[in-house]
Amino acid sequence: MIKSKLLNSLTRTLGGIGYRMTERIWRLGAGARLFFLTIFYSGESFKRFHLTLREIYFTGVMSLLIIVVSAFFVGMVLALQGYNTLQKYGSSEAIGVLVALSLVRELGPVVTALLFAGRAGTAITAEIGLMKTTEQLSAMEMMAVNPIARVIAPRFWAGVISMPILATLFSMVGILGGYIVAVPLIGVDDGAFWSQMQANVDFRLDIVNGLIKSLVFGVACTMIALFEGFDAPPTAEGVSRATTRTVVISSLTVLALDFVLTSFMLVI
Amino acid sequence: MNPNIVEIDNLSFGYKGRLLHKGINMVFPRGKVVAIMGGSGSGKTTLLRLIGGQIKPSKGEVRVDGAVVHQQDRDGIYKLRRKMGMLFQHGALFTDLSVFDNVAFPMRELTDLPESMIRDLVLMKLNAVGLRGAYSFMPTELSGGMARRVALARAVALDPNIIMYDEPFAGLDPISMAVICDLIRSLNDALGATSIIVSHDVKETFLIADYVYFVANGEVAAEGTPHDLMQSTLPFVHQFVHGEKDGPVPFHYPASNYQAELLGHKSAK
Repeated sequence: MIKSKLLNSLTRTLGGIGYRMTERIWRLGAGARLFFLTIFYSGESFKRFHLTLREIYFTGVMSLLIIVVSAFFVGMVLALQGYNTLQKYGSSEAIGVLVALSLVRELGPVVTALLFAGRAGTAITAEIGLMKTTEQLSAMEMMAVNPIARVIAPRFWAGVISMPILATLFSMVGILGGYIVAVPLIGVDDGAFWSQMQANVDFRLDIVNGLIKSLVFGVACTMIALFEGFDAPPTAEGVSRATTRTVVISSLTVLALDFVLTSFMLVI
Repeated sequence: MNPNIVEIDNLSFGYKGRLLHKGINMVFPRGKVVAIMGGSGSGKTTLLRLIGGQIKPSKGEVRVDGAVVHQQDRDGIYKLRRKMGMLFQHGALFTDLSVFDNVAFPMRELTDLPESMIRDLVLMKLNAVGLRGAYSFMPTELSGGMARRVALARAVALDPNIIMYDEPFAGLDPISMAVICDLIRSLNDALGATSIIVSHDVKETFLIADYVYFVANGEVAAEGTPHDLMQSTLPFVHQFVHGEKDGPVPFHYPASNYQAELLGHKSAK
């Protein structure tokens, strides 16, 4: 009796694990399929660029405020913490390099992607999810209009185009924040701040690599947001869960991708 | 030319181990208004989705204008859908577009018509449903009945051969219901189209339908003209048409022993 109960519970547990695993693999496959279909049906997004431009406004321009304000504070905190450590070694003039390299190489692309996932990613998921719930996507299908070409692809390219621009702005505003704390407030030499930065920040190794990172994060965050919305069960609870999943999966993916990309960039 | 624009032949469809349709046969003659009626969950809307090619049957086939729907590739299905217009239960208007842009949507997406011609056509379609004056409204500013009329204007934007209506009367006030009722019939006759109405509103549907199919337990339980069905002595049709509380469709969903459950008897759980 006890043996059979134990066997039953073991079977249930293993079955549960198997089900979860297959479900995740299935979702990964479905996400990859949507990604390839999006690329395949992208012609319309460029032929009728106003569709993509409209989405750039909603995902990129509307995210500007949160990006700029966050960048300003991140830059100021970097300068404060950096100065605190560097002055112990008598190299407080290197504060400009520290702020710039931290922002351009890492914080710019990563924090922008995390903020993008929270601000624009959730909006994309909720919008697509609600379009599905209110049968707008079905209506489009029934009109012989492909929702992937008309709804998904313009939003995808808007995210991919917006992210590097937002990351660049983040780094620029962050450096400005760092400058305000380091030079006028702490009293670091103005010339040293900028000249050390100019001498030590490499265009290809730092700036281009940072841009590559933000481009990859743009593809990942936008695709995750689109897939979660497109795959959301057409209920209030389904859309709410999809929105939460967008933030969680995007954040983890960005951090994991950052590690992979950084290791490749340092080796190459 | 085949007198039937849509033919459903021995169609079976099921999902998650449950068979929703068991060998259904239906025909929809050109120029007629045909209704599919039945209780909630009887698979009426699923039939529309099968006709539109949004899902594939498990057995049997649906033919639209002679073409077997589930054998078409994506381009073939889209080609067939260009002959169809569909009114969804809640309108399914695009909430980010105005009334004008909603009606213009299929014209802009599927034709190369100049903007000036699209403007005229949209205003004509909106005038036909009595909402030309509301062209600049956003969908959130419309009442349920108005939204349904705009969706109807959008469904007929490209003068389709087949117009499908999913519960067109659900949740409408009596005036809106009468307006939609009249529009379905008049648009069908003006366009020379075939209308397929899925509904459980007996009075309105019987007023405009030429022929009615009753679906129950996955099969066609009865069919005929509204007049024939009003006189029908079949228990299910009689209960449905006259809105009787009890009959072949019981009031109570199957459950365990009532007394035992109330007394907390273990076997009731």
